[in-house]
Amino acid sequence: MRDTIFGSLDPELMNRVESRRGAVSRTGKMAGALALASMPVAFGLMAKKAFAQGGLPQGIIDVLNFALTLEELENEFYVTGLASGGLIPGADQPIFQQIRKHETAHVALLRSVLGASAVDKPTFDFTAGGTLDPFNDYPTFQLLSQAFEDTGVRAYKGQAAALMADNTILTTALRIHSVEARHASEVRRLRGQKGWITGNMTDNAAIAAVYAGEEATNGLPTSNAVTEAFDEPLTKDQVLAIASPFIVV
Amino acid sequence: MRTRLPQGESELHFLDRLARSTNRRAFLQWSGMAIGVVALGCSDDHNGPGNGDGEVNLGTGDTGVLNYAYALEQLEAAFYTQVVASFYAGASVDEQSILTDIRDHEVIHRDFFRTALGSAAIADLTVDFTTINFADRASVLGAAKTFEDLGVSAYNGAGQLLTDAANLLVAGKIVSVEARHAAAIRDLLVPRSSAAGSFAGDDTVDPTTGLEIPERAPPAVLTAADTYVVTTINSSGLPTS
Repeated sequence: MRDTIFGSLDPELMNRVESRRGAVSRTGKMAGALALASMPVAFGLMAKKAFAQGGLPQGIIDVLNFALTLEELENEFYVTGLASGGLIPGADQPIFQQIRKHETAHVALLRSVLGASAVDKPTFDFTAGGTLDPFNDYPTFQLLSQAFEDTGVRAYKGQAAALMADNTILTTALRIHSVEARHASEVRRLRGQKGWITGNMTDNAAIAAVYAGEEATNGLPTSNAVTEAFDEPLTKDQVLAIASPFIVV
Repeated sequence: MRTRLPQGESELHFLDRLARSTNRRAFLQWSGMAIGVVALGCSDDHNGPGNGDGEVNLGTGDTGVLNYAYALEQLEAAFYTQVVASFYAGASVDEQSILTDIRDHEVIHRDFFRTALGSAAIADLTVDFTTINFADRASVLGAAKTFEDLGVSAYNGAGQLLTDAANLLVAGKIVSVEARHAAAIRDLLVPRSSAAGSFAGDDTVDPTTGLEIPERAPPAVLTAADTYVVTTINSSGLPTS
């Protein structure tokens, strides 16, 4: 069962995630307003300065809401993990506290930019329907962490072109993208893996979908190093297929 | 078209590069990279292979930005090549493995840009690492951290300067690998369990926004890199937004 968790496609769920945008008009405005109202003043001013423009084009809103969904997933995953007593050894706590801090900030930043256009936080199930136990089993927690971080890197990369119309937002997304890559490198090494991705290889078949396409050589002679030297993008659909087992609604 | 041997480049190397450039069209198709044909200027001494006078001109538009990236990758590749050629005393197996991998990646990045740029590529830079003590762990890893963090902020700043989505994607494919390097190097410098979480420490990731330190524009990056580069890099033709 386990090796199909990440690979399983759930078109119905993907449609639900996609259609969440339609629900924004009903509930998102209130959530967005609350998020803005609760933001620290200094941070709010910073965000306002960084995103001074008026209404965002729908294409950019779509990308940012896609990113927000992933950041919400990561944030809740780390918040829950850190709150699970006895899960994360003391020596590793600072690593996940640092990562959690960044994911929480990414959620707040994206919500501040999207305002009333932000989608609600989905309901997550990190057991993937009762098949995984990440908050009681540290190796599973680490495995999912690696999967989420490497997916995040590839997801932002895949959406960069869609943000080219707005330099400020593009650059902000790039500044998140590189932070996700730092996280990925760290968690991979914590698990005894290289910090970079070799081919489409993984030590656990359950997360194989996260690495599909990473074997690309970009026109250069094939070698492990060539595949490591370039991180490849994932499409929105590929990312949602990876995330869907953990999104209830 | 005049052909001059780029400064610091052996004739054999140059011939090899010329030969490879004939396959450039096929390479670009494979790599997905897009470089305007106009950039392959044949009459402008400031474009194309170097000037032989200790100065390179990066050029304009996307080609200029890619030459800028090529310059940074040359610098990194030269640094790690020297590191791996003679490891500092006491380098652990893990450290040697990491530094060798990074050397390979940077050489690949350098060669990738050289091939993609073809005759628009700047000449080989002359580097100066005399401020780095290659026999000393702290000096080597400290320099590595500087290069990787600088590289990440440079690519983050270069993204908005590119006009072709294919080139932006290529830059994106590389910058995240540089960030992976940066995290690993920082991990070697400061124990991973330190409260600082140095792989993505507050000095390089703003703890309030979760964003990498502000992107750097080419002039700031080249100023920071100047300590290590003898060749004068003319970036006056680069786009500014």
